[in-house]
Amino acid sequence: MKDKKYAHRLLLQNVSLSYGAMPVLQHLNLTVHSGEFVVIVGPSGCGKTTILNLLSGHIKPGLGVISREGVVRTVYQQDGLFPWLTVSENISMGLRSLKDAVQREKELQSLFDLIHLEDFKNHYPHELSGGMRQRAELARALAGDSDILLMDEPFSALDYQTRLRMRYELVRLLEKRPRTVVFVTHDIEEAAQLADRVLVLSKRPTTILQELQISAPKPRDLTDNEVINAMKEILERLGILKENIV
Amino acid sequence: MASFNAEETLASVKKKQAATYKGNRWRVFVLPVIVFFIIILIWYCLVHFNIFPSYAMPSPGAVVKSFREDIMSGNLLNDMVASLWRVAVGFILSAVLGIPVGLWLGQHITARQAFLPLLNFARFLSPLAWIPFAILWFHIGDKPAVFLIFMATFFPLALAVMSAVATIPAIYFRVAKDYNYKGFELITKVTFPAVLPQIITALRVSYGISWIVIVAAEMVGCQDGLGYGIWEARNGLRLDSAACYMIVIGLLGMGIDRFLLQFSKIPKVRWGYER
Ligand SMILES: Nc1ncnc2c1ncn2[C@@H]1O[C@H](COP(=O)(O)OP(=O)(O)OP(=O)(O)O)[C@@H](O)[C@H]1O
Ligand SMILES: [Mg+2]
Repeated sequence: MKDKKYAHRLLLQNVSLSYGAMPVLQHLNLTVHSGEFVVIVGPSGCGKTTILNLLSGHIKPGLGVISREGVVRTVYQQDGLFPWLTVSENISMGLRSLKDAVQREKELQSLFDLIHLEDFKNHYPHELSGGMRQRAELARALAGDSDILLMDEPFSALDYQTRLRMRYELVRLLEKRPRTVVFVTHDIEEAAQLADRVLVLSKRPTTILQELQISAPKPRDLTDNEVINAMKEILERLGILKENIV
Repeated sequence: MASFNAEETLASVKKKQAATYKGNRWRVFVLPVIVFFIIILIWYCLVHFNIFPSYAMPSPGAVVKSFREDIMSGNLLNDMVASLWRVAVGFILSAVLGIPVGLWLGQHITARQAFLPLLNFARFLSPLAWIPFAILWFHIGDKPAVFLIFMATFFPLALAVMSAVATIPAIYFRVAKDYNYKGFELITKVTFPAVLPQIITALRVSYGISWIVIVAAEMVGCQDGLGYGIWEARNGLRLDSAACYMIVIGLLGMGIDRFLLQFSKIPKVRWGYER
């Protein structure tokens, strides 16, 4: 694997963006440090996907500066794999920058070892379950020279139990292959179990309501005290506790 | 870790599909055979009760007899080869030009805006309307027929490929960008495979059109071919021979379509038909 000497990171400085007359982001500042796992939560339509699109360079901001150091890859909610390629060919896409075929084969094998999908190497994505597809997509994003992963609700199309498993899976994969991650989710449990830092966003026009550091070691169980406390704090910020509603 | 029961699921699904398939298998063969015999019976009755004058209504027996004659004389085989050749040339020509044009139009909005009205106009123009031009430009022989097939299939094919490209989910191009697919490689490794299932369907449709057009085209511009055979039979009041040619046209058309259908079974495109 490649040696990461410089601090790969993402930087949003005073970024604003509007769609037509509708301001979506206003004066947003965000720094993501190398190796950090940042989770973004916030109400639907507040601009989470928009932030990831800005970070990946897919859209340009109206105002402000964005900088990224390193190779950025996005993991989507679903259907990010190419349906005309087998699982193995899909994952090999992530190894395109490796020139040496032997090394590429070795890398591919080690990725398959990592995600436990050997038996489905030559299957096509439509022959896999949703969870298996997401694991394959994760492997593709982790392959080769990637530095930064942007994940847009990557587990939200999965059933609850698969989702719980995928969280541990992701932690395990990142332990083996550390990356800088920006992870968007609606799932507060997910945020509390995975994040080094949680950003709670406001409604549009969007600003960061609160930043929450969670320093407990990973993997974390859903019932760990730190996780429960973090969930409570996020819910409080989002105004979804009984004293706000009932 | 999570591959716990995935294999079992896949295996059991396949087994179930196989079971349903087996149960339906005999019906797929037997039912059409029953229909076939009913049609023959109706035909026989039409002849027997003299619904149409006998010179205009050949009996099944007469058709079988003329079938034997046409094979013996070598005419039928000769006409089949002639028609197949013209269809093959016209069809390949329109695929070789129509697919790239469709890919190009699908990717460039400006080009699409410029050419879409022309394509739609040409699509609704019956290819038979080109017959006078075909004959005056290319005289007789293979060329006018090939030209007519090209005119009949190029436009619908290019349009089908174009709209397939225009509706490729944006996510594929975003993924492609993440993994550094650019330029020619983007077209061959992303755009083309993404629309291949629809291209195969469009090719089947085009082939169906060419097979229909060839019969009409050969009635005017040719000295051989299956369409010419029917025209000859009409002129000689040999409707038994005409019916025999019709049967051959239908069977050949069906057979080749069956062959083209096999392309939709290759693994790289299966996904496109399973949603
Ligand atoms: N291409 C676009 N054109 C116009 N408006 C857009 C576009 N994309 C997003 N928007 C608007 O910008 C706002 C933010 O969208 P975005 O997709 O970033 O929200 P989100 O936080 O990801 O929502 P969700 O949680 O539902 O995925 C929404 O109000 C949406 O309507
Ligand atoms: Mg979103």
